[in-house]
Amino acid sequence: MDTDPATWTCPAPVGDDDTVRLAHGGGGRAMARLLDDVIRPAFADAELERRHDGAVVPLDGPVAFTADSYVVRPLFFPGGDIGTLAVNGTVNDLAMCGARPVALSVGLILEEGLPLDTLRRVVASMRAAAQVAGVRLVTGDTKVVDRGKADGMFVSTAGIGRVVAPSPIGPEQVRPGDVVVLSGDVGRHGMAVMAARESLGFESALESDCAPLAAPVMALIEAGIDLHCLRDLTRGGLASAAVEIAEAAGLSIVLDEVAIPVREDVAAACELLGLDSLHVANEGRFLAFVAPDDAERALAVLKAHPVSADAAVIGKVAEESPGRVSCIGPLGVARVIDMLTGEQLPRIC
Amino acid sequence: MKFRDEYRDTAAARRLAGAIAKAVTRPWTLMEVCGGQTHAIVRFGIDRLLPDGVSLVHGPGCPVCVTPVEYVDKAIEIALRPGVTLCSFGDMLRVPGTNGDLLAAKARGADVRVVYSPLDAVAVARDAPERQVVFFAVGFETTAPANAMAALWARRECLSNFSMLVSHVRVPPAMEAVLDAPECRIQGFLAAGHVCTVMGFEEYEPIARRFRVPIVVTGFEPLDILEGVYLCVRQLEAGKAKVENPYARSVRREGNRAAQAAMREVFTLVPRRWRGIGDIPESGLGLAPAYADLDAEARFGPVAAGPEAAGECISGLVLRGERKPPECPAFGTRCTPERPLGVTMVSSEGACAAYYRYRGVAAAAGA
Repeated sequence: MDTDPATWTCPAPVGDDDTVRLAHGGGGRAMARLLDDVIRPAFADAELERRHDGAVVPLDGPVAFTADSYVVRPLFFPGGDIGTLAVNGTVNDLAMCGARPVALSVGLILEEGLPLDTLRRVVASMRAAAQVAGVRLVTGDTKVVDRGKADGMFVSTAGIGRVVAPSPIGPEQVRPGDVVVLSGDVGRHGMAVMAARESLGFESALESDCAPLAAPVMALIEAGIDLHCLRDLTRGGLASAAVEIAEAAGLSIVLDEVAIPVREDVAAACELLGLDSLHVANEGRFLAFVAPDDAERALAVLKAHPVSADAAVIGKVAEESPGRVSCIGPLGVARVIDMLTGEQLPRIC
Repeated sequence: MKFRDEYRDTAAARRLAGAIAKAVTRPWTLMEVCGGQTHAIVRFGIDRLLPDGVSLVHGPGCPVCVTPVEYVDKAIEIALRPGVTLCSFGDMLRVPGTNGDLLAAKARGADVRVVYSPLDAVAVARDAPERQVVFFAVGFETTAPANAMAALWARRECLSNFSMLVSHVRVPPAMEAVLDAPECRIQGFLAAGHVCTVMGFEEYEPIARRFRVPIVVTGFEPLDILEGVYLCVRQLEAGKAKVENPYARSVRREGNRAAQAAMREVFTLVPRRWRGIGDIPESGLGLAPAYADLDAEARFGPVAAGPEAAGECISGLVLRGERKPPECPAFGTRCTPERPLGVTMVSSEGACAAYYRYRGVAAAAGA
């Protein structure tokens, strides 16, 4: 036994600083320390430093307001993590309303035992994503649940933005003859997450397309493009977004399959697993429905932004068969596009 | 994308369609055997490029569709036992048993996992020695070699907690059953290219001779299928009935001998009931006596005799090629992928699901 008292250590519990404990959500000292040490320094916003019950944000004119929750496994995947998803997802929903994102709230539900380092990485990437998108993280909430009650962590964000579009944007504004512009290649996020989750061992480095879309949308508005509707592609992919718009607008959409950009590695992975790339999730792509005379100009504006450099005109809106989306295939024959039924399941052979 | 785009070339497809139209002097009815081909035909609209007289009917080659309901029921029963992990291909999870599907069992707390390879199920067993891991081994000769490998690996690693619920089926006996049916109107076959990749096509030669039908080994891309149709009608017009293999980039006459050896080692021929079709002798593969210890039925009790099919679903007629999905009065109304009455509406390779997905209800009715 060591007889030098200077090296003795006290056997009393000192608290494990490496993982999230239930006490971190208990409203006491541990929670205060978590907020002071991890959350507030990461988000670095004056509103958070006020330590008040909510944030006060000056706004004028019409306000867009949206909320979303994020549950993804694994928490980290090539091209992003749950933090970038949560910030970009809400930023993108605001952008689709023709609004410049201003401020976001962040709700964290942490599972007991989550490594604090994981939390630090996630909040750091939330801050980085917020900086890229030019949005503030001004208020939030943290809860801790028992081990086994959450997949590491869940994040929910809500956001407000100032509407800058001069005229309303939404499915009801879509007109027959409108041109459908897609901001880039489809299917990358879903395949990147699936490859990471299932350890599929693809040699190609598939990366998520997760990105903020406010900049290209603001550029379209500033260029005076006659924007009728915007819709970001998320779960359910391009197919679900198109069907939702067609049904809400009471019009039909005809897509040109050959014009829809799909990266070769994504196409190959989809072929292998029996998935349709039009159903695979995206997190940094959107559809713009624009007046036919503005289509070429919209395409040029989008191509000037790195996140939408591969934008393409992929279809048009028609009057007949309301609610129907069809797609002209490589042989020139049309097929119907429907939303996914249930979740995507890989086929047997 | 290489090895895909060149087989989807518009101009080449039109040329082949033109050659078919030129070759045909009277109506012919062909069956494509594999569900993957059915999907390609409906998705790309290949049937709409063909002359009016040439009709494609869809065969029984959807592995999920023909798996008997009693096996689905048994898989669900096993999955719901404590300490059991049931591994399955994704397609099987939505297939309805007598009371719900595997997804519903999962929601009730069963540990049901989707695997992409049967060897993943072996890995699950290796990593969780305290759990009984059961792999739901279904499919045609295409999945049988990989499933045989899972048995070989489990045996090599002496995994005592791994077993397989086996409901494998074979294509040639099903083709004979279709041809034997008194109301059969099939005059030629597009054989399933991937099954032939494994098994070769020697075993189709006696069928072509006995039933006087041309059998053309056919791939899955639009040009493959059009070429298969072209060769088939050319034989019919010339009064010939032999096996042809234009899918030579994947298929050799003798097939994949190594895969066949693994299958022979692990499996043995057994009679099998096909959903919608009935009992067909020697149409299934079961575990050979030397691998009986890996049989989930030995561990968890045998599969009970299944209930007789009831209700208005005509999936049996669809699987035998006697009806097309839109001819069913329930198609798209009382039967949809969300609320399927039968399994051909569930599987991604099922004919009803293909029509629903790619044609829609109204358009398919006119197909």
